[in-house]
Amino acid sequence: MAWWAVLRRDLLLSVRRLGELGNPVVFFAAVVSLFPLALGADAALLRSVGPGIVWVGALLATLLSLEGLFRADFEDGSLEQLLLSPHPASVLVSAKILAHWLVTGVPLLLITPLLGVLLNLSPLAQGVLFGGLLLGTPTLSLLGSVAVALTLGLPRGGLLISVLLLPLFAPVLVFGAGAVGSALLEMPVLPYFYMLGAELALAVTVVPLATAAALRASLGS
Amino acid sequence: MIAFFSRWASLPAFYRRSGRWIPWLWAAAAGLLVVGTVGGLVLAPVDYQQGEAYRILFVHVPSAWMAMFVYMFMAGASASAFIWHVKLAEILARVSAPLGAAFTALALATGSLWGARMWNTWWVWDARLTSVLLLFFLYLGFMALQAAIEDRRRAARAGAVLALVGVVNIPIIHYSVEWWNTLHQGATVSKFDNPSMTWDMLWPLLTMALGFMVYFAAAVLVRARSEILERERHRRWVIDEVAR
Repeated sequence: MAWWAVLRRDLLLSVRRLGELGNPVVFFAAVVSLFPLALGADAALLRSVGPGIVWVGALLATLLSLEGLFRADFEDGSLEQLLLSPHPASVLVSAKILAHWLVTGVPLLLITPLLGVLLNLSPLAQGVLFGGLLLGTPTLSLLGSVAVALTLGLPRGGLLISVLLLPLFAPVLVFGAGAVGSALLEMPVLPYFYMLGAELALAVTVVPLATAAALRASLGS
Repeated sequence: MIAFFSRWASLPAFYRRSGRWIPWLWAAAAGLLVVGTVGGLVLAPVDYQQGEAYRILFVHVPSAWMAMFVYMFMAGASASAFIWHVKLAEILARVSAPLGAAFTALALATGSLWGARMWNTWWVWDARLTSVLLLFFLYLGFMALQAAIEDRRRAARAGAVLALVGVVNIPIIHYSVEWWNTLHQGATVSKFDNPSMTWDMLWPLLTMALGFMVYFAAAVLVRARSEILERERHRRWVIDEVAR
């Protein structure tokens, strides 16, 4: 019940600030459209590097959106109340992470087909890209929550979050972009999805505990 | 057992004890490194494929081993700091990170030099190289986090969580990168192509590796002692110790 309450509250807070909700998506679209400007508009080139561009763009958009995950709750003290409540902190934290993914990861997913069209991706590549992002972005949100919790309240935390997270994001990027590359070569895609799923399963089980511990370390309790 | 350990890890006792060890450790490290260097650069036979250039191996391989060993050491210290709140472990984790990063940088630099000579390129996106590069970034992230948090206790706890998350991720990163690479290109020339090494090359290598290890022990203790002094500078025993 408490889990639902936290999830509902976070979703409601995001919906009431619709302007902020759009920022990661706009950032994602802008980053992806910068690449053709830098690399040239050659359709064949974009088709081959497009999936990688989309993946890096989604990764960066997630990174930048993460900073706000606990900030408001930290500033008004409700995060401390959350940790003091009789419910396990890791469970409540998992609701907050899910809410974060629903309001940033899902919009990123929804706009991906449009960006794929801009990059001349084939329908097959589009589908595999979408599937990979569907399995990969929750892992990014989960892993990100640890770094956000560790840097809570620090000045210039945003840059620090990126430094901490980029090496940890590497496997998701490898498997996610690898799946599309494999599909383009008409090779099996499922192994990549299994690996992404395995990472997600591991992250779902372990990360909330680590994030709760990190929050306790940051709040000094 | 716990009582013994907490007495052993008490900072004043550790400070005095480690002060007695350090000269011996430096001497042992210097001896091993001199013997290993002479053995590697002079006594070991010339490689029939790579000529004299292979001799950088005697620095490259030990630093690559240390790059991984120091992270494990750091994670072990972080775990004991996190679980038992051992202050000494917090300090050891904190001070070993820059050393680990230095070993990793040395492994990357020597590898790059070796690659320039043998593969005609300074860098290939080979699985092994890439995962060491990511390990280097993990070290830098740990150090950045330590530098960003002023309160040492909080920094230690945050660093412990990060090091433990990193240790779970290292195998995942390693295997993902390995898979990523094998998909794109075949195995690059690897030093393990020749499966066994002659004893004439192996003993200098092992001596160097041991020398690196003892050097690490000495350097960690020196850094830990100055960290202890800084942390406990308002304590009576530190004031007495410094006045002596």
